[in-house]
Amino acid sequence: MAVVTDLGHAPALPARRIGRGYWAGVGRRLMRDPVAVIAAIVILTIVLGAILAPWLGLADPYRGSMLRRLRPVGDALYRLGSDELGRDMLTRLVYGGRLSLLMGLMPVVLAFVAGSTIGILAGFVGGRLNTLIMRTVDVFYAFPSVLLAIALSGALGAGILNAIVSLTIVFTPQVTRIAESVTTQIRTRDYVEAARVSGAGPLAIIRVHVLGNVLGPIFVYATSLISVSMILASGLSFLGLGSKPPEPEWGLMLNTLRTAIYVQPVVAALPGAMIFITSISFNLLSDGLRSAMEVK
Amino acid sequence: MDQLRTDIASRDRGGPAQPLLAVRDLVKHFGGRRAWGGAKAGARRGAVRAVDGVSFDVAKGETLGIVGESGCGKSTVARLIMQIIAADAGEVVFDGEAVGTRALDLTTYRREVQMVFQDSYASLNPRLTVEDTVAFGPRVHGLARRAAIARAHDLISRVGLDPARFAARYPHELSGGQRQRVNIARALALQPRLLILDEAVSALDKSIEAQVLNLLVDLKAAFGLTYMFISHDLNVVRFMSDRVMVMYLGKVAEVGACDVILRDPRHPYTAALLASMPSMDPDRRTTEAPLFGDPPNPIDPPSGCRFHTRCKLAAPVCAATAPPLADIGAAHRVACLMATPGSGHPQAAPEAA
Amino acid sequence: MSGASGPIVDVENLTVDFHGGPKPLRAVAGVDLTLRPGEVLALLGESGSGKSVTLRALMRLLPERRAVIGGKVVVDGNDVRALSKRDLTAYRGRTIAMIFQEPGLALDPVYRLGDQIAEAVMRHEGVSRSAARDRALMLFERVRIPSAARRLDNYAHEMSGGMRQRAMIALALACRPKVLLADEPTTALDATVQIQVLLLLRELQRELGLAVIFVTHDIGVATEIADRIAVMYAGRIVETGQCRDVIRTPAHPYTVGLLASRAGSTLAKGERLAAIPGAPPDLANLPAGCAFAPRCERAQAVCESAVPAEVAVGDGHRARCVLVQGGEVVA
Repeated sequence: MAVVTDLGHAPALPARRIGRGYWAGVGRRLMRDPVAVIAAIVILTIVLGAILAPWLGLADPYRGSMLRRLRPVGDALYRLGSDELGRDMLTRLVYGGRLSLLMGLMPVVLAFVAGSTIGILAGFVGGRLNTLIMRTVDVFYAFPSVLLAIALSGALGAGILNAIVSLTIVFTPQVTRIAESVTTQIRTRDYVEAARVSGAGPLAIIRVHVLGNVLGPIFVYATSLISVSMILASGLSFLGLGSKPPEPEWGLMLNTLRTAIYVQPVVAALPGAMIFITSISFNLLSDGLRSAMEVK
Repeated sequence: MDQLRTDIASRDRGGPAQPLLAVRDLVKHFGGRRAWGGAKAGARRGAVRAVDGVSFDVAKGETLGIVGESGCGKSTVARLIMQIIAADAGEVVFDGEAVGTRALDLTTYRREVQMVFQDSYASLNPRLTVEDTVAFGPRVHGLARRAAIARAHDLISRVGLDPARFAARYPHELSGGQRQRVNIARALALQPRLLILDEAVSALDKSIEAQVLNLLVDLKAAFGLTYMFISHDLNVVRFMSDRVMVMYLGKVAEVGACDVILRDPRHPYTAALLASMPSMDPDRRTTEAPLFGDPPNPIDPPSGCRFHTRCKLAAPVCAATAPPLADIGAAHRVACLMATPGSGHPQAAPEAA
Repeated sequence: MSGASGPIVDVENLTVDFHGGPKPLRAVAGVDLTLRPGEVLALLGESGSGKSVTLRALMRLLPERRAVIGGKVVVDGNDVRALSKRDLTAYRGRTIAMIFQEPGLALDPVYRLGDQIAEAVMRHEGVSRSAARDRALMLFERVRIPSAARRLDNYAHEMSGGMRQRAMIALALACRPKVLLADEPTTALDATVQIQVLLLLRELQRELGLAVIFVTHDIGVATEIADRIAVMYAGRIVETGQCRDVIRTPAHPYTVGLLASRAGSTLAKGERLAAIPGAPPDLANLPAGCAFAPRCERAQAVCESAVPAEVAVGDGHRARCVLVQGGEVVA
């Protein structure tokens, strides 16, 4: 049978490979956003610095010198000054990125996995299971996150692992709520109905139609949590509920440098500056990602 | 192509005389509260009575057009037949077998009946390419990936799109008409015998609408399909359909051959719908609106004949008695007391002796 | 103000360019429109033809920073492009008003309908609230809303679609504008309601001597309501003339195609529709010559080199097509 060719010519595609995926489009749009690009570069620098720290030819972060305490920024020996135990601030800050990033990112990653699973399940199944899950999540929402984090950390005890666990528990309900809401929206779309009409079972529908459309928005929301997580993690360390001395970690460093604030205010503020820069970069990147994903 | 037509024809069971789809007394109410006692125990009060006792047949190889305004229930009927929502009462029989029973389970039924939706954009998963969308149905039913993609390419070309250029595109890279063609290809991927088109061309530009209508006509002839064509546009229904069913507020008002009904309507509502079409003659414009007011709310439909509140020919008996769907000629049925002998309407024939 | 015989809407070479995307988009590319008082002009076109943008340009309803309006736009003696913000507010509602496809967009959901109309009247004419309420009641009765007095206290969501559309018409007419712009007001309505609203508009237009520009994609609707029809394609008017002339003897191939592809009653069973091939053009990538040439079966080489000029087909009937020569359409 002859092909029905009422179409004449179809509108020409721009000169790029046909069928470039959605994520490639997102990446392209992200590249065009100057703020997002700068934020990404900053994050990349800090992350690379944290990963490659041992090979960067820095001083030993644990070796201090009581003679050379609290040197200012720009000192001959210590480029960013030295802390209250005479340790080089620059190397402490770079090494500190490891723990701070770990304690900031891990809870979000774990919460993303846990929260998405629970939320997508609740959203897709609907009905009473949904009510049960979501009302349980609501209970957690009643607590302010800082309070909850501190309470959980206090109950579990100090330490990095416990801090990560407690922050994961704090963030999972938030991710669950977003996951459930997005899944509920997608579930009623025509193409999901069309998939059901094709005879697909729920697992196939979730895998092919729901996940691809739902994970994106959840992911963006999760990235916006990273900045919060870093601050909370630093806060827990500041309170002594997270990492313990002599580990370099920005929140902990803020605590131990507290007393030096009248002597070397700039040095004492440096860890805070790192937290701020990293956290806001994640935030801006997350915003840029959201805008890049919004285009239909 | 002939293989596809043979596949479809081989699944025929009852022969040409048996209707492909027979619907009896379909009822669907939405929402409302359950009444606790009294005569209406179990029924819901304040429910939207979207479909309230609809019966019709669809013969093999024909196109049944369904027209009606908002609130008439035509989209709900489509969804009930597709088994997207469960009916409150009534039965759907496909080629002699009741749907949902052991004779015809839902999975098999899904390969026989498919649907094309109105919103071409919302019907396509924005993350899947055209070929993946079309191949999804066959894959779910067990076809291997390569064979499914091959079938998808075949169908994509049949709906007028060049697979080399369109198979790997995403929905946002297509125009409205192209998207609707993809929807049609997707619906045909499972080789259904019955295709339900729910306002499938309503959202398209007029020039594209004509193209897609032509395509539907061609596909129907090529594959030996049967169509249920739902639309609010009488012109389009007239072009596409062999028979037409007019619905009003959840019930069938009139059903019969297309040219008979549209040339000589027996139900006042059908006549009003026809008269409401804008005139194409600048010298003979419409001077009076055939009906006043909006279609009433299906939550609290009028008693007796549901149309009596807007009918110019209504008599007192119309408010008291709901007219049955009566035969008045060759496969022409009307739900109007004027056509029911002995109903008590001044224009009705007296009871046949 | 304009003279008694001069046109009340005088638009010459209207262009609207949208900035903000990767390339500037020319939504309207040189539109000439004149409208006399009491005349109804239908702007007929599909999506992307620029008809809604043209309408909004007449009231400067386009986003100020993104849309650049060029050309001459004079309505009732007012140079619309040059109006100050304050004059613009006075101009809208008193001189010109608009009704939309979705009444929900024009009617504020948290105010009663009577109050909305009264507010508009008080704002423009400075009368007292009770006088404004009386006007609102009169308007509701004029647009044939049953139980008008009671309905004045209704909220928008308490009315059905057709009633809401009538209420929107009442709101638009509240301050007795001279020009009424209608952007597909009946597209979203059921057939039986659509014809009621069309007849109502015709009646009101005759009674009040309104000049109306009615945007639609439905030829039937245009036939019912218009004195003159202007067919738009890709931002230009390709044919314009008296309703009778355009419908009975269309000159431009696009108009011919639109009329022929209509699923009318003259088609025999089994015949295919005479569909226009191809798809509406991408406004960001318009071809150099006639925008319709890629889809036109009678296109010639000259069609692709330059945009055809407007040629007279008959009395007041003009078309932009090289096939029209000496008042006739030649092969």
